[in-house]
This record gives sequence, structure tokens and C-alpha cells, in this order.
Amino acid sequence: MLLKRIIPCLDVDKGRVVKGVQYVDHVDAGDPVEVAQMYDAQEADEITFLDITASHEGRRTIFDIVSRTAETVFMPLTVGGGVRSLDDVRDLLNAGADKVSIMTAAVKDPDLVARTAAKIGSANLVVAIDARRVARDGGGVLVPSERSGGERLAGAGLAPVVPGETRWEVCTHGGRTPAGIDAVAWARTVAEAGAGEILLTSMDRDGTKSGYDLDFVRAVADAIPIPVIASGGGGDAADMAAALDDGPGGGHAQAALAASIFHFKETTVGEVKRELLARGVPVRPPAAV
Amino acid sequence: MPTLPRIAVVDYGYGNLRSVAKALEACALQVEVTGDPADVARADAVVLPGVGAFKDAAEGLAERGLDRAVVKSIEAGKPYLGLCLGLQLLFEEGHEHGVTKGFGVLPGIVSHFGEIEEAGRPLCVPHIGWNEVAFSGSHPMVEALPASDHYYFVHSYRALPANEADVVGRTEYGGSFASAVAKEGIFAVQFHPEKSQSAGHQMLEAFTAWVTQ
Repeated sequence: MLLKRIIPCLDVDKGRVVKGVQYVDHVDAGDPVEVAQMYDAQEADEITFLDITASHEGRRTIFDIVSRTAETVFMPLTVGGGVRSLDDVRDLLNAGADKVSIMTAAVKDPDLVARTAAKIGSANLVVAIDARRVARDGGGVLVPSERSGGERLAGAGLAPVVPGETRWEVCTHGGRTPAGIDAVAWARTVAEAGAGEILLTSMDRDGTKSGYDLDFVRAVADAIPIPVIASGGGGDAADMAAALDDGPGGGHAQAALAASIFHFKETTVGEVKRELLARGVPVRPPAAV
Repeated sequence: MPTLPRIAVVDYGYGNLRSVAKALEACALQVEVTGDPADVARADAVVLPGVGAFKDAAEGLAERGLDRAVVKSIEAGKPYLGLCLGLQLLFEEGHEHGVTKGFGVLPGIVSHFGEIEEAGRPLCVPHIGWNEVAFSGSHPMVEALPASDHYYFVHSYRALPANEADVVGRTEYGGSFASAVAKEGIFAVQFHPEKSQSAGHQMLEAFTAWVTQ
């Protein structure tokens, strides 16, 4: 059977691993290649690099990091952050990425997903969705914003909030810009366009270690026929077990991503997996070491 | 002391060749990443990795004359290791964005998993992650591997071999599919041994031993 995955994520800024709380207050967490080697030794199921470098000139460093990582670490590597075009996707695959993740560029140009999938296939194309909960009780009627090109997104616009109903709004640019798009509808749109996987981050939970937003993860996972990676809020094995649980209250995700709990050595991938196995979650048994 | 066997890792424009080359070098092989059909012809064994779409890969190989070089090497009985698309391309046709001809050295086609229900939910396609491969048969590569192990997969299409005797590994995903095939000098897998940590390393070492013997 296909096993559930545990994925450490490295936010990379100008060549260093950093980790912040809710996308601000970044703390240095090491050299990306060294950190990747550590997770390889722990037999993480995949690793993800998200390049959060703001400056254009700093962006080339990610290619060097990806190629150095691919030469030393024999594990699956996903790279995202600032990927703008089919050429960017190809360059990252050539540098050694196994999957490439796009986010803001897809919101600006929804056809990019279809064009990229047609060329490289869906399996190596991830669409990242960052989203926040929006007002539950008629706290405002949200419409597709012009800057997101929302009117071009058939069916993906953010419908008026119905009292009592929970919705999630897509944000772009590292989580800073609300896009006026309903995240569940957007996930459907990109899945139909050829995305192979969704990396789904709750920005309300990111860096808080208070657990994944299970309602959000489940709403998206149940809406689309492609795998969902739960991200944002993973604080321990119990949180991951909940995100990966296929039962009524679980997140129905195929993979759980976490950053700070691994980087700051609060726990290891092996420890998390031992606890997941004890909880009956089907994961690859940890390395014997 | 005899020189190390030369392995050509076929470069047809794109795809992640670094990991494959480095992983094979770690197994003490003389590895040459090349897009030149003459290098492929000279090599003692050929490795064909592949990321992306069947059609793009088939066209990329044909443009460089690499498809014929690879098929000649296989026909000469030299060891061939196919990874992911390197397995799919062995078959007669790929049904991805239209119908594209493959090498046709093994009978069968490559098609999408399709829409499958499992436990009341649609099966997630692509098939991404670690899954079990159960090996069978008497190919020298199979005899050098454990009866089963977990390897990393990332694909939406899979081969449907017409000849069951060519199938040496099976994986459960929406039913059982052929995740490893072999025939004489050919050994090819749908998963990525170069990304499968210790299990993958063991497979590449087995390939090295097979080429070296």
C-alpha cells in the first residue's frame, strides 16, 4: 500500500535555512545542504525547499543549493518559492529537484498550470496554496480582487461568506497578499488544470505548533483527486497523525509537512514515525539507527 | 587490473541526471552523462532516467538519435537500467497527450491510471510516495534484491506489459501494476532507486555487480 509521508520543510533565504512564526521573525536554522543531509540520515520521506529570498539577485543561489543537495542526498526533493514560468520549472528539475511547486505565478496566470503540466507532466508539478480563514459570520462580503486577476478564475472567486460557514481565502506573495479567491475552489481549478499535488498551508497556524487546520485540510483533500500535503501548525506526532487520518475527523492528507520541530531538534523524523506507527498510521518504518 | 565498466547515463535535454550519476558513482562505476549516441554505443551499459512526459522524452531522444543508440545497445545484450520514463519508453506506445511511439523492445502500452474508486474515495493520481514492490522471477537483478522493499514513486502513467513473463515486480495501487520489468539485459523500474535511500542504493549496487560480472 502507498504509505503516508513525513516531509521536513526548509525555508531558504539567501542561501540559509530560516524559520519564522506566521511568516515573520525569521531565525537562522543552518546550511540547507547540511540540514538536508541530516534529514536524509533520518530517512525523511521527502524534503521541501521553499525559497523565500525577496531580492532578485539572491534568487540564483537556490539553483546552486538544489544541485549540491541532489548530488549528496538520495531522497526526493521538492523546490518552490518564486517560480514564475515553465523555464523556471525546467531549470529547477534540471538542477536536481524532483518536484517543483508554484504559487503566486499560478494565481496571476492560471493557465501556467495547464501549460506546465502539458510539458513536464502532472506528477512533478505541485501547486502551493497558502490561505487564511475568513470571517464566519457575515464579517464582510469578499469578491475577487482585481490584482489577483480573480475574474479570470472561473468558479474560483471568493463567494459571499454565508453566516456559520467557514471559508479560506488564498494569499500570495509569501502569505502577505489576500487574493480574493476561495481556497477550496482554487484547489479544484488547479487540479483540473493538471497540478499533481497540493501543498496546503494554513497561514493562521504556520509556525504556531498548535496543530494543522484539520477542517481546511479535509475540505481540500475531499474536493480533489490529487494528493494533499498538510502544512502549517504541525507541532508533534499527534498533530501529524490527525492530519493524515482518513477517518471522519481527520485531515485526509497524504503527507504532513513540518519545519521548526525538526530544525530545532525538538524531535527527529524517526521518533515521529515510531509514534505514528504506534498510532496505526501507515508510514515507512524509521531507520534502525 | 581491469578498467571499470563504463556506464552511459543518457541525457536527452532535461530530467534529473545528477542524482542518478552521483548515486552510480557512489557504487564505483565509471559514469558518463552524455547526449551523444556514439558514447551510448561505446558504453558497456546504459542507464535511462527520466522525469516528465512520455511524448517530450521520446521526441528529445529521437531528435538526438539517442533512441536508436539505446535500442542497439539493448539488442546487443548490454545491461540496460530504465528508471521511471526509462521503463515506460521500452514499450510500444505511450498514451500521454496523444499516442507516441516508444522503443517497442517490450510488447505493451503505457497509459494513465484512470479514475479508480478505492474505499469509497477516488484514488489519488499521481501515485506519489513510498510503496512496496514485490519482486518475482529469476532475473539476475531480482535474485540480488530482497523479496520486497519500499521505493519512491512519482507518476500518473504506468506500463501495461502484454507479456506477463516480462514483469518482475508488482505494486498495489488501485489494483496491482507492473512496477519492475526485466528481460535478458533489460531491467527497468517505475520508481526512483536514486531517490529511495538505502533500498535504492542496494538496487544500484546490484546493477553495478551485474554489469561488472
